[in-house]
Amino acid sequence: MNDRTNGKNGQANGHLVLEDRKAQTFSVNREVFVSPTVFEDESRAIFDKCWIYVGHASEIRNPGDFRTRNVAGRPIIFCRDRQCTPRALINSCRHRGAIVCREREGNARQFYCMYHGWTYHTDGKLKAIPGDDAYGEKFDKSTLGLVEVPRFEHYRDFYFLNFDRDAPDLATYLAGAKEYIDLVVDQSPSGRMEIISGVQEYDIKANWKLLVENSVDDYHLVTTHSTWLNYMRNSGVNISVPKGQLLPTKGIGKDLGNGHLTTDNPNYRGRPVAKWISIYGEDAKADIDAIRKELVERLGETRAARVADTNRNLVVFPNLVINDGSSVTVRNFYPLGPDHMRVTAWALGPVEETEAQRARRLHAFLTFYGPGGFATPDDVTALELAQQGFAAWREVQWSDLSRGMGKSANEPQLHTDEGHLRVFWRRWSELMEQHP
Amino acid sequence: MNKPVDPAATVTRAEVEDLLYHEAELLDSWRLDDWLGLLTEDAAYYVPPNDKPDGDHRFTLFTIADDIVRLRERIIRLKDPNCHAEFPPSRTRRLITNVRITGIEGDTISVAANFDIFRYRRNEPPREFVGRYRYKLQRRNGALKIAERRVILDAEELGVLGSVSFLL
Ligand code: FES
Ligand SMILES: [Fe+2]
Repeated sequence: MNDRTNGKNGQANGHLVLEDRKAQTFSVNREVFVSPTVFEDESRAIFDKCWIYVGHASEIRNPGDFRTRNVAGRPIIFCRDRQCTPRALINSCRHRGAIVCREREGNARQFYCMYHGWTYHTDGKLKAIPGDDAYGEKFDKSTLGLVEVPRFEHYRDFYFLNFDRDAPDLATYLAGAKEYIDLVVDQSPSGRMEIISGVQEYDIKANWKLLVENSVDDYHLVTTHSTWLNYMRNSGVNISVPKGQLLPTKGIGKDLGNGHLTTDNPNYRGRPVAKWISIYGEDAKADIDAIRKELVERLGETRAARVADTNRNLVVFPNLVINDGSSVTVRNFYPLGPDHMRVTAWALGPVEETEAQRARRLHAFLTFYGPGGFATPDDVTALELAQQGFAAWREVQWSDLSRGMGKSANEPQLHTDEGHLRVFWRRWSELMEQHP
Repeated sequence: MNKPVDPAATVTRAEVEDLLYHEAELLDSWRLDDWLGLLTEDAAYYVPPNDKPDGDHRFTLFTIADDIVRLRERIIRLKDPNCHAEFPPSRTRRLITNVRITGIEGDTISVAANFDIFRYRRNEPPREFVGRYRYKLQRRNGALKIAERRVILDAEELGVLGSVSFLL
């Protein structure tokens, strides 16, 4: 029996996610946000089984370019080797373990370990060992390169790794998310987007899954972000809400398969590509018109409208978010513990952008997003308050995600419903329950 | 011999320090409208990203890059009880040292200073923001005003500092 009443059935036969179609309720046991065991199991069942975002091709443009980062808990060198092949190498010396590449980013001729001086080529192969006459004849240097991650693939310049050798290929894994990545990339006339310099790296003292929910949860916008809406209103943007709606426009929440999900909303808040709002200033109007004209010529009216007039917050399961809204942000996050995550966020833009267009994109970005934006700090607060509330997870066991449960299958789930949040939780629960 | 003296040329460090300490007082006591009064009509406020402290906000994603229009909106937001990240407002205390006039160009005085800002909230560990200020000051009706303030954090990443939801 799926009893949500506190103190009766405990975990309801061990299930942490309960869907009761009859009662039209969907519940998540708050243990999933606090338990060290769940946190450990997630590392194996989710982060070691799924495709995890590493970085974007534009970050390693030239041979020898590298970025070091933590991906799924491992130190990784994301680089383009001297022969121009992108790589994801595990940043741990084959000798006795030290981190080999210590800089955040740069261009390397080789990777040099400071401990005993082993050096590696940019493709990972071992290049030289100081004093190698001390090794026996059978000692095989050719097997002692930096270890490459088991799987490493990209979709339209977004690179992912997978620690599961037997995982399906990335394109299959991405399923319906591909279409939504395409809509982002279509902003560029040449289909080439780039990560803009400057990274926002900040922690949230909350469970990582709360940020998945929050990134696509449009139910919270009016309450959590009323000061941002005021700013929009003060700037002359029309934010009036039609009767019977929670937000100025009515969008949907969508299941994209394999745990991926998105919102898909008519835009009211402006888009650098290509919808003018008053904040951009009168002199930006002609420029935005020109961007739009190029879109229409290249993609046709319908698709151009799809690209330019909708906002889409996309979750690629489990921990990549691409928000194509007031600007485009690529947001990645990783748990440091059950109640602690680190967020890394970048801005993404078409490579063709002029200086004025780029400046407008960045200005629009900071209006809403990021640790100094008008909205994100309040999201952080909401998540941290939820985490604090979970201290009473034994007494208040279930979180509720039932919005939209009463709808029939052919009625769309709204962006202010929780249908798309349930997509994440179903997949999460499925992977956790498959885990031995 | 009657060439008018450029007012900027007569500035002293004591006058600059008075302005910076007064500003610190206003910010730490959340007298934000009074603080706006210290700015020129076209002032800007920048917090560069931790990995690109010398970046240009037109090409680099900053943490904060406010022109005066958005800065005024930021103050409206900070005073609103629905500014959840700062409700109730954080207790902050900023210590400012190493104040120097680093250059005078036309009517603009460049100033450098170091800061240590402590921030306290209920149910949260204290946070300490350390870094340097870079100011551009100009005179309006004889009084020194802030035309630009750039807040450069020393931390390699924001990390446990979390959001920058109050004025640094
Ligand atoms: S650990 Fe790298 S050379 Fe010894
Ligand atoms: Fe939000």
